[in-house]
Amino acid sequence: MISPPDPALCEAITRATARALEQAEITLPPDVVRALEAARDRETSGIARGEIENILANIRLAESLRVPICQDTGIPVVYLTLPPSVPLSQHILDAVAEGVRRATREVPLRPNVVDPLTRENTGDNTGPGMPVVHARPGEKLSVTVLPKGAGSENMSRVAMMLPTEVENIPRFVAETVLIAGGKPCPPVILGVGIGGTFDWAAAAAKEALLEPIDAMSPYERELLDAVNDLCIGPMGLGGKTTALAVKVKTAGCHTASLPVAVNVQCWACRRATVEVEW
Amino acid sequence: MSVIHLCTPLSHEILMLRAGDHVTLSGTVYTARDEAHVRMRDEGIPFDPHGAAIYHCGPVVHGGKIIAAGPTTSARMNSLSGFLLDRGVRALVGKGGMGRQVAEQMRGRAVYLAFTGGCAALAASRMTLRRVYFEDLGMAEAVYEIDLDHLPLVVGIDAAGNDLFEGVNRNALARFKKRFSTPREVAP
Repeated sequence: MISPPDPALCEAITRATARALEQAEITLPPDVVRALEAARDRETSGIARGEIENILANIRLAESLRVPICQDTGIPVVYLTLPPSVPLSQHILDAVAEGVRRATREVPLRPNVVDPLTRENTGDNTGPGMPVVHARPGEKLSVTVLPKGAGSENMSRVAMMLPTEVENIPRFVAETVLIAGGKPCPPVILGVGIGGTFDWAAAAAKEALLEPIDAMSPYERELLDAVNDLCIGPMGLGGKTTALAVKVKTAGCHTASLPVAVNVQCWACRRATVEVEW
Repeated sequence: MSVIHLCTPLSHEILMLRAGDHVTLSGTVYTARDEAHVRMRDEGIPFDPHGAAIYHCGPVVHGGKIIAAGPTTSARMNSLSGFLLDRGVRALVGKGGMGRQVAEQMRGRAVYLAFTGGCAALAASRMTLRRVYFEDLGMAEAVYEIDLDHLPLVVGIDAAGNDLFEGVNRNALARFKKRFSTPREVAP
């Protein structure tokens, strides 16, 4: 029998969640800003450069005015790492949801969560199954948030490919971006999940977006080249930078299947981690 | 880079604009998303649409102020924009471009102006909230009347039917087919 966690622990988790959301919504991680600056310097078209200049000006303004980077403050996806001393319980998930409610009021965030059928808005960015929380064992208790806007999320795709189609993965990734065009606010960052199961691939594609975009493997670069060769450019107005980076996660899968998921992320790759102290 | 400064109410000057031109927009704009378009189509437009600019946007509004107001995906309003153009709207502002039918409906009378997606703080810093219509639709879907000060935009579709996005998409499809010439069907 495990007793419910200390109320002070729950309050600390709530506080950490709200603070991580505030930070993610207002300040972009330095690796993403650096990638945007490098992209601006590479662009030769006046329109493409102008779009990235607007983005960089927007990032500076959001930080100095302490307002959200984008009006689509997204829906929060939360990743917890739990040390052995903290068991995962409903109390902890409730504390995370309370942090989302607090951030929605205080940052403030746009209330985006609705019932999928009635479309009724819950008003506080929580609801049945929301926020989505992924928990993993870890050394320390930490809360990582990834607020995900709809413009890019809506262009994401999963494919159950044939096991013999490994060489067609770059085609599927590029095709996803081709279909998306300017809609997901390029330059995008692509999270790609390869292997596992149908559900694992989608979750891994999203988790790949938590990785710094400074470094890429040769395979990730190959995928990036295929995407940038489309010349869709910033905001679909043409240019060299359709994507800033591609990040891949792989897992073992059934010998008869090859799940592949592409999670599209706009340039505003908002992520923040706060360690919980109590 | 020369920039053309536009101010509402818009008139014949927009006919001179060409796809790719850099412009700024000042004056009054009205935000509208999916639900606001349906309400305006069914129940009437609550403001004077003559020479007006419609901004596809669902802002964050707090304490009577616009906090964050970047553009939303304009293509969702493809089938909902004709009646506004018929009533005298001269500019649609948003991101991602619009369908061919909208480009045809705009021919000789209106333009599509692209704003950088996600640039919500930049947009809000150039905006003053005047009033709100259809408040019952909720924060993201209500129609806000906003006083705008020099928002930097690119002409995406001009009144002659030239469409920057269409050209980029056509080129992207050609490049895709060239690179992946395996005999499989191409989705779009």
